[in-house]
Amino acid sequence: MNWISNYVRPRINSIFSRREVPENLWKKCEECGTMLFHRELSDALNVCTNCGHHMPLSPRARFAALFDGGVFSQVPVPEPVVDPLHFRDQKKYPDRLRAAQKATGEAEAMLVATGEIGRTPIVAAAQDFSFMAGSMGMYVGNAIIAAAEKAVEMKRPLILFSAAGGARMQEGILSLMQMPRSTVAVQMLKEAGLPYIVVLTHPTTGGVTASYAMLGDVQIAEPGALICFAGPRVIEQTIREKLPEGFQRAEYLLDHGMLDRVTPRGELRDELISITRMLLGLDPAVKGELPAPGDNSRSEAVTDPADAASRD
Amino acid sequence: MTHYLDFEKPLAEIEGKAAELRAMGRANEDMDVEDEAAALDRKAADLLKSLYAGLSPWRKCQVARHPERPHCKDYIEALFTEWTPLAGDRNFADDQAVMGGLARLDGRPVMVIGHEKGNDTRSRLERNFGMARPEGYRKAIRLMQMADRFGLPVVTLVDTPGAYPGKGAEERGQSEAIARATETCLALKVPLVSVIIGEGGSGGAVAFATANRVAMLEHAIYSVISPEGCASILWKDAEKMREAAEALRLTAQDLKELGVCDRIIREPAGGAHRAPEAAIFAVGDAIAAMLKELYGKDGTALRDARRKKYLAIGSKGLAA
Repeated sequence: MNWISNYVRPRINSIFSRREVPENLWKKCEECGTMLFHRELSDALNVCTNCGHHMPLSPRARFAALFDGGVFSQVPVPEPVVDPLHFRDQKKYPDRLRAAQKATGEAEAMLVATGEIGRTPIVAAAQDFSFMAGSMGMYVGNAIIAAAEKAVEMKRPLILFSAAGGARMQEGILSLMQMPRSTVAVQMLKEAGLPYIVVLTHPTTGGVTASYAMLGDVQIAEPGALICFAGPRVIEQTIREKLPEGFQRAEYLLDHGMLDRVTPRGELRDELISITRMLLGLDPAVKGELPAPGDNSRSEAVTDPADAASRD
Repeated sequence: MTHYLDFEKPLAEIEGKAAELRAMGRANEDMDVEDEAAALDRKAADLLKSLYAGLSPWRKCQVARHPERPHCKDYIEALFTEWTPLAGDRNFADDQAVMGGLARLDGRPVMVIGHEKGNDTRSRLERNFGMARPEGYRKAIRLMQMADRFGLPVVTLVDTPGAYPGKGAEERGQSEAIARATETCLALKVPLVSVIIGEGGSGGAVAFATANRVAMLEHAIYSVISPEGCASILWKDAEKMREAAEALRLTAQDLKELGVCDRIIREPAGGAHRAPEAAIFAVGDAIAAMLKELYGKDGTALRDARRKKYLAIGSKGLAA
């Protein structure tokens, strides 16, 4: 940080932000107003390089950054019955679904994948807030169950990134039933002795928080994430008083004993590698792309030339 | 004084007239009003029957929330013997919105847990209108685990608008408490049966109702969100609660078709509040019947069957 980034750039930004900017090239941080170049922003995993504000990150982009070399393979999710209740509000539910699929290019609000992080095989699931507010319906439930079954089958930990406005109202009671369904998935992992780590991202609310998102062995949140059961507006209407600053934000929950850690997105990968490896009783991870010389976890497979010489 | 719902107004008029007539008859000995009053009674009974035969989902919500509807405490006191309330979550407080304790049903000991809404201003405030805080769910967890250790079946009575949306409740981990309660329901190796006696409000209900058998009173509701809440989000107009209630498919009849509810308990004509005793005993019979199906089964099998049941829910939608 210097006076250029603290003073000059915001000023320049404030001049530029008044103009029409092509949406795909520059993005304005909704927190500090800084204009961020798209490449700079995606390199920083959608974290504002000026103020550290965490913006939404799609599951696909998250997995590309999470897995070694960006390589992962998608776990198929059993397709549920589409529109089980024939739900219609101002729009038909299938129309809303199609619009979300078109806008995101994804089938539904959760992506499940297998791959390695720091050479540690894992299963990961990530919820997509841009898909109908990440809401939990039959598909998301099926995705969590598929993720847990895959993890048990492959004896791998499950890392789940939550983001949701809550349950998918258009699936009525069946969305509510994802609370017990996803809980059964968590129990499968626990009974198989596999770690289940939850990373709560902005926002995680309602029935999602009140089920699988709060049942992790380790609970990590991204900075500033709203995490709650009832949203702040509902609470304000109920108790008719102003809520304290930072209420229901990740840091507030950490203070109240509801989380283990609040970790910036840029440090998450290393932390997840470290935690999963310790929980699994593995040696420390190899840093960098290639195993470091003398690394214990690889010492059986990779022979240090120096060792080889002394053995002779 | 009977509390009439808005759609019961024509009924209120007829019943009011009949009462007036009888009062007049009592005042003037030479007036014979009984024939006329009895005719009005019959008319009222017919109207009541027809009103309740085709209740719309929104009207069912109103009936499910009827202030004179029997509540958890009424059921416990009438159906169980040796009722011994047990209090507290051992961490923070005793939540009066949740009743729990040991009791006997037909002589056999069980653990009873339920939401209590209260029946007058004072008790409603005390019970927080049946909206539990984390301590309530944690008390339930403690009692369920105790039942599990001693091999006692668990009976839950669900009647809540939802978990309490308050500052302290959030700070003390409302979400975590609900999640753990649901997890506990799914871990028990004893029979767990649940009856939704009024409102099954969202996560606050799931936390108790994740059971081997779930029964619902005929006019009870069970929903992911209140019709008013759903209307204000999806219709941007809370007044559209009738449409929302329709769309959410929250009635016992729809939920039975979806496999969420296993059994519907008939209510007396005009709803449980018109003849509480009949409703209470019908619930008692249903609990006994559901437990009978589960008594003597292996604990692990009970737990696995419960989990399987929930995994299978949603594989079929409603018929078009």
